[in-house]
Parts: sequence; structure tokens; C-alpha cells
Amino acid sequence: MMPLWLIPSVPLAGFVVLALCGGRLSPRSVAWLGCGTVAMSFVFALAAAAGFGDAGTLRETVFTWFEAGDLAVDVALYLDPLSLWMTLIVTGVGLLVHIYSAAFMEGDEGFSRYFAYLNLFVAAMLLLVLADNLVVLFAGWEAVGLCSYLLIGHWYGNPENGYAARKAFVVTRLGDVALLIALFVLFAAFGTLDIQPVLEAASGNWAPGAGIALLVGTLVLVGAIGKSAQFPLHVWLPDAMAGPTPVSALIHAATMVTAGVYLIARLHPLFELSPTAMLLVAAVGMITLLIAGLSALVQRDIKRILAYSTISQIGYMFVALGVGAWSAAIFHLMTHAFFKALLFLGAGLVIRHMNGEHDITRMGGLRKAMPFTAAVFTIGAASLAALPLVTAGFWSKESILGAAWEQHAMLWAGAAVGALVTAVYAFRLVFLVFAGEVASERKERAGPALKIPVGLLALLSVVGAVFGAPDLGEEHAAHLLPAIGSSALVLAGVALAWWAFGRGVRRPASGVVASALQSGFRIDALYQAAIVRPYSRLSGWNRRDAVDRMVTGVFAGVSLAMHRALSALQTGRVRDYALGMVFGVVVLVGLGVWTWR
Amino acid sequence: MMAAVPIAHVLTVAAVLFVLGVTGVLIRRNVVFMLMSLEVVLNSAGLAFIAAGQHWGQPDGQVFFILILTLAAAEVSVGLALILQMFRRFGTLDMDAVREMRG
Repeated sequence: MMPLWLIPSVPLAGFVVLALCGGRLSPRSVAWLGCGTVAMSFVFALAAAAGFGDAGTLRETVFTWFEAGDLAVDVALYLDPLSLWMTLIVTGVGLLVHIYSAAFMEGDEGFSRYFAYLNLFVAAMLLLVLADNLVVLFAGWEAVGLCSYLLIGHWYGNPENGYAARKAFVVTRLGDVALLIALFVLFAAFGTLDIQPVLEAASGNWAPGAGIALLVGTLVLVGAIGKSAQFPLHVWLPDAMAGPTPVSALIHAATMVTAGVYLIARLHPLFELSPTAMLLVAAVGMITLLIAGLSALVQRDIKRILAYSTISQIGYMFVALGVGAWSAAIFHLMTHAFFKALLFLGAGLVIRHMNGEHDITRMGGLRKAMPFTAAVFTIGAASLAALPLVTAGFWSKESILGAAWEQHAMLWAGAAVGALVTAVYAFRLVFLVFAGEVASERKERAGPALKIPVGLLALLSVVGAVFGAPDLGEEHAAHLLPAIGSSALVLAGVALAWWAFGRGVRRPASGVVASALQSGFRIDALYQAAIVRPYSRLSGWNRRDAVDRMVTGVFAGVSLAMHRALSALQTGRVRDYALGMVFGVVVLVGLGVWTWR
Repeated sequence: MMAAVPIAHVLTVAAVLFVLGVTGVLIRRNVVFMLMSLEVVLNSAGLAFIAAGQHWGQPDGQVFFILILTLAAAEVSVGLALILQMFRRFGTLDMDAVREMRG
């Protein structure tokens, strides 16, 4: 059995090398280094999976990070089905995105910087999922946020990209604070932050429904909401599209936004203690999946549609977590990673072909020009829409809907409506981009480095369901009736999309409702008015407060006056200096004579 | 043997010379005259040493006078060199006109 710590440290080493001397390496070796480290990591993860067998769990202490009083933090890694699943998803999808990036970002000014951050991103996410200590997990959690900031702002020359990056960082930071408080509460309660002892102690000491369990659950939920872009902290994700397209694929599929889902799944014994916290999780997921799905219906930017669809799909995972279907959530996380990475990488090909055009209403008929992309993109959209039986997305979404059905028919109904909406916007995208009259005959030029990852992801989007889900110790029966119902809704959604967008009609939606949806229910504007503007006004006042006035007024004034007085002594006339010296000597001699007696 | 000049007289002369020299340094604007006034100051110190050596019958006073003489010679050579440079640079010997170090 090879050591676990190799898995996150190889990409980390790649980051260090690329960050220190990436500028001196040729782009070719940068790409090889960047992809190679993640590939090695993937191979190690596969080896770990092969050696894992049915052993249950594996714990490995690498070193003790720090000890302070009662708190000893070990950098310990923990492998169980859940973290194994996440590791394979992160390294596997991450590897495909890396390979695609090598071709997609070719000739970019910050090529080596890009790969350095990409490697760090993967390393941080691996640390997050493998950590056996909440402090180590939190370190990975923060590093992931940092990397998203760095990569969203990759093209920092444009101030808007910098703004989007800062927005992502600040908004997710709100959730991070809640998570940190949750850690404090857990440490105060149990005196340890190792995940397994904490979970055992919580199950043993806290009565079901205890207030403290609700508190911790809510705080962890807020942390997860920030990272996973759930309502009401989802506003950063659509703006995060400012980054390069493969980065969006990585953020949405493998790293970053899935972290919240993983966190709740990892701490699920805590949530089992508090039905209210579970209900909150489900409610957040339900609200998010509906508002994000509806917003996606009218967006015109191809990447924004995909961003809203990610928010919506993560909403499904939260619903699954909220009804206690932990493995269904991870199952959907996996299939979502496949088809969302596919959709983003496909969108990257489309945008490349259209020379940077993002507006889907200006596209159309691309099926002739780029048949490969059209085919794989349609597969991805079908998987996103959960086309019955033939796609991986169907099986995972159906397992969530089935679990929701068991819990409450209303939850199922909401999720099923969401599925209808998903089908409509997914196929609206396909029809507007690839169907319609042929606009250009220019053939796409995409090399194997672009096509192979996309093709593999397309394959996985169809058959990926065979990997199944990690067993997290819960049972769900299959439900035929709701499955038929939701499948019918999905098919109706596809038909609706065809009726509305597939027949060559391309009239942009207008009206009050459409513009509200376009702006994502004006949540951004609300935050701008309620938080951002008052805050910047407050800080404007604060710039000229009493303390600052004291420093800039009194202190600076006094030292300026003293400076003027001293500098007036420097007349530059030798005779003045001589006079000063004589005067000094007279005084000294006088003093000496005076004190003689 | 000639009657010795009382030391108080010699020291008075030395003090008068010293004050004259210092006053010269302070009020003269021509740098050459400032240098000459400095020489007067040095020589007044030398005179005081001689008088003191005479008074106590010690050779130290004369030794010091020779030292001061050498020092004055060195000082004059450096000082004259500086004056030469100053004249070349500024075209004047007026010390007050040269005040580029004004703060």
C-alpha cells in the first residue's frame, strides 16, 4: 500500500516548481509538468482504490502540524469510500481539464502561472477531501478559495475580472467565517478537532434534536452555502465566469463548489442529530435549484447558463443531503462532475470557434461547422437534463428524486419541476447554439488534446452511472411511480424547448419576468443596495475619522513645523556654522570654569 | 639673564590674539582672510603653550608649539587647495556667496 500523502503532495510539488521557475520553462514542459503531476496523483488514487478493497477505512498521520495547550493538530489523512470517491473525481476530472487546458490556453501570457494555480487548486482540494482533521480540512478549504480567486482573476488586466475574483473571494469568505465558528464550537464541546472522534463524541453525547447540534449544523451549512454557491450566497458563481473556461470547468466540476456538498456528507452524523438542520439544508437546496434553474432559462451568455445550471444542480445535491440521501448526493456530484466539465469544455470549444463570442442568440447552426462539439455538447446537455435511462445524469438525479419522494411529496414535486426547467434550459442552449440555419461553414480546428478529454467526458456522461455511489450506510428503495413522473416531465421539457427554440424562432425573451430572471431575481442589485453601497459609504466616512485626523493633522503638523525650524538652521553659510561652533565652545568653557569651584 | 615677562601678560596677549583671530574668521567674507585669521588663532594657542612651558620650565610647551606649527602648515596647504577649487568652481572668494548646502 503506497502512502496516501503522495496524492495531494505531487500536485503541490508541481505548483512549487511551476511557481518558482515556471517562467523559465518552455510552455511545452510547463504543460507536461502541470498535467503530469495530476496524472501521477490520479494513478496514486487508483492504486489506493485498488489496495483499498473492503478494508473499510484507512488513516495515516503524516506529521503533527502544531500543538497548543489541549489542541494538537495532526496532518492526518483519512481514506474511506467517501473520500476515495472524491479523490478519484477530483484527480480524474482535474486531469482531463488539465490536458484540455494545455491546448486551450496555448500562447497565453500567463501560461505557467495558470498551470501553477491549477496544480495548487487540485492539491488544495485533495487536502480538503482527504483531511482527517477539521483544521487541516479548513486549510484546504481556504486554499481552494484562494485558488478560485487567483484563477477567476487570471486575466487581471481587465478590472472587471478582478472585481469578479474579489467578489468570489469575499462572498465565500462569509461562509468560511461560519465554518470557523462551527470549528470553535466543536472544539469547545469535545476538545478535539479530529473528524472521526468528533463525530463519535457528537453521536454519543448530544441528544437527537439538541440545540447545539442545530447550531453546529447551521454553521456548517452556512459554510457549505458559501463555498457551494447556494442561495443566498450564490451570487459569486455567475460572475466567476470571468475566468478562463477550463477554470470554470474545474471549479464547477471537480473542485471548489463540490466542497460544500462533501463537507456536509463528511459530517453527516452531526446533521442526523438535528432534523431541523437537515430541513434547512433541504430548503436551501430546493430554493436554490428553483431560482437558479429559472434564471438559467433566460440567460444569453453561454457560460452564465452553465453557471446557473451548476448552482441548480448543487441545489439538487443539497436536497439529497437534506433528506439524508448522502450517497445519492455524492452520486450526483460525480455524474455532475462529468457532464458539467463536458459542457464547459464544449462551451470553450464553441467560444473559441466563435472568436470569443458568448451570446448564444448570435450563434446558431454550428452543428455543420463543429459536428464533434455538437455531438458531445448534446450528450452533456442530455445528461444535465437527465434524459431517462440513457444518461448518467438520469440515474443520479433519479436517486435524489426517489429519496425526496420518501421524505415528502412536496420536496419531490419541487425537484421534479426543477428537472423540467433543467431540461428546458439545457436544450434551449443546444438548439440555439447548434440548430437553426447554418451561419458559418468554417470548420472547427481542435487538436486531440482538446478532443480526447471532451470525448472521454462525453463517454462518462453516458455510462458514468456504472461507478455507482459510495456506501454511506443508508438504504433507499427504488420508486417506480415518481421516476416515471419525473421522466415524463424531463421529456416534456425537451419537447417544450424544441417547440420554443428549436424551430428557428430566436426572439429574445422580454418583459418584467424575463428581465427579473435575467438578473437572477435581482439578488445582486439587492446586495449592492443593501450591503455594498452602505458599506463603501461607511468606509468613506471612516477614512476621515477622529483618529485619522489626529494622525494626519496634529502629528504630521508638529513634525512638519519641527522640520521647518531645523532646516532653517541649515543656511549654507560657513560663517554661521563657525559662529555656532564658537558659541558652543564658549558655553562649554564657561560651564567648565563655572563648575570648577 | 633678562627679567622674565610675567606669564599673565603673555597669556593676555595670547587671549587678545585668539579673540582677534576668531573675530576675523567670523566677520571676514573673503575666504583668504578667513584662512589668515585661522592662522592667528593657531599662533595665539602656540604663544600660550610657549608661555606655559617657560613658566614651569618644561620643554613640553615648545614641543607643542612645533606640533602646532606643522599642523598649521598642513592646514594651510589643504585650505589653499580648497580655496583654489572654490575659486575655479564659483569664480568668487566670497564665502557667503557659496551656500549650496542651504537646507
